[in-house]
Amino acid sequence: MFTLLAACGKMTLDFLEYVGGLFVMGWRIICALPSIFVSPRLTIDQMLQIGVNSFPLILLVSVFTGSVAAWQTAYQMVDFVPMRFLGVTVGKAVTIELAPVLTALVLAGRVGASIAAELGTMRVTEQIDALEAMAIDPVRYLVLPRVVAGIIMIPILSLFATVIAILGALVVSVSVVNISSEMFLNGVKRYFYISDLVAGQTKAAMFGLIISLIGCYQGFITSGGAEGVGKSTTRAVVVSAVLILIADFLIATLMFRMG
Amino acid sequence: MNDKSNNEIVIEVRGLEKSFDNHRVLNGVEMDVRRGETLVIIGRSGCGKSVLLKHIIGLLSADRGTVSVEGRTLSKLTRKELYEVRLRFGMLFQNGALFDSLSVGENVGLALREHTRKKMAEINEIVARKLEQVGMGGMENKMPADLSGGMKKRVSLARAISLDPDFILFDEPTTGLDPITADAIDDLIVELGGHPSVTSIAVTHDMASAYKIADRIMMLHDGRVLVSGTPDQIRSSTDPIIHQFINGLATGPLKAI
Ligand SMILES: Nc1ncnc2c1ncn2[C@@H]1O[C@H](COP(=O)(O)OP(=O)(O)OP(=O)(O)O)[C@@H](O)[C@H]1O
Ligand SMILES: [Mg+2]
Repeated sequence: MFTLLAACGKMTLDFLEYVGGLFVMGWRIICALPSIFVSPRLTIDQMLQIGVNSFPLILLVSVFTGSVAAWQTAYQMVDFVPMRFLGVTVGKAVTIELAPVLTALVLAGRVGASIAAELGTMRVTEQIDALEAMAIDPVRYLVLPRVVAGIIMIPILSLFATVIAILGALVVSVSVVNISSEMFLNGVKRYFYISDLVAGQTKAAMFGLIISLIGCYQGFITSGGAEGVGKSTTRAVVVSAVLILIADFLIATLMFRMG
Repeated sequence: MNDKSNNEIVIEVRGLEKSFDNHRVLNGVEMDVRRGETLVIIGRSGCGKSVLLKHIIGLLSADRGTVSVEGRTLSKLTRKELYEVRLRFGMLFQNGALFDSLSVGENVGLALREHTRKKMAEINEIVARKLEQVGMGGMENKMPADLSGGMKKRVSLARAISLDPDFILFDEPTTGLDPITADAIDDLIVELGGHPSVTSIAVTHDMASAYKIADRIMMLHDGRVLVSGTPDQIRSSTDPIIHQFINGLATGPLKAI
């Protein structure tokens, strides 16, 4: 009984320490923000790193997402809803939800993990200490560029994913569901609101913050050699995936009020 | 090696205690370092020499006790003030700690790029000169992963002295080098330390190198300073622990394994 209580207590403390550490890092990022204009190269490098390397993966994921979305929706609509509503249904789902969330979940595995592994390795091989010893703030030099690049690039990738997924859906609609491309695209266009696109990309920016911040934080708190780096990397993916889903729900309840 | 025992004290360690997971590593270290001197720290593997160096540059914070540099207590400084102090330091890490995403040249030039307004050409020139000093001339474009252990150590040394620091911390500068290169690095350390305003602290296991570079040798034992004296005093010490250590004997008061 006592050990159970102690374990719960320790878990609570660990949790608070983790959250506290995240906030401290967040605050230090904000303090370092002005320096981004002093050395924009660091951020641009990270943007290229995230963008270029993730492009093929996002392409693949969004083609399939769009195709499956069209197929499944058509299957559920058969005999109940006219097929001219296929475009609007799929378009909305992709723009608001599927593209941002799937992009983010995939990139949590791709970008978040690589940030955590890279910074974790730098931590255990004392490279972060070496930066400190050289009076170079590691938060400014390593974390800030990654977080800013994440906040900028993930919406861009998600926007790209939105377009590709809708094209994928179009192909399935025309070739499998047998509706004309005009009918599908008219549906997409008729109920297209720019605000949906903005909402989707705002979510994606939030997810970008989550992915890069958690990746950096996990990297920084890594200890225990190669095994520690492995653990941190896994942790970064799991924690950011969970936070993405929670954030998605919270944002949905805030942005899309019914009634 | 002229007498520096009257110079002002620039690094002052008082009652330093540090534990890791209930294991007390430093247990009341007292030490003074005077301007211009070269202090060599010796002691058994795992006795806390690297930990002590990291306290001196503020990478680790003490559980108890203080470290002051030129009268400023590190634990009381803001991050910005601490960085000002660190700018005057150069540190060679025991395992090099080179940035493995940067080339050799970028490693050595990083502090110059971040902290000075020098032009790229001038930085490249300084980098070339520093690499030359450690016998790594012309290796700017190599990546750290492609270097041998001893080469990494020397690049790391070049990086540590890139800003011409007033305080240099060397954590085992010659470990892993062949005897000839090691001797050349010792010469470089003597040369760097020969400057009257440069204060250096070196950790080493190599007694020949210690006698060569040291103005003063300090032995760390059981979390405290066991002895501190000139190389001659240490060499002629009759203390059984010191005698066993500096002569590398397996038998004596210290248990070998
Ligand atoms: N970050 C850390 N976390 C936990 N324990 C540590 C840490 N750093 C050092 N220690 C412990 O502190 C003790 C002293 O380590 P330190 O690296 O200072 O030894 P050292 O005197 O430099 O040894 P060597 O001559 O082998 O380099 C060791 O027992 C080590 O396990
Ligand atoms: Mg050591």
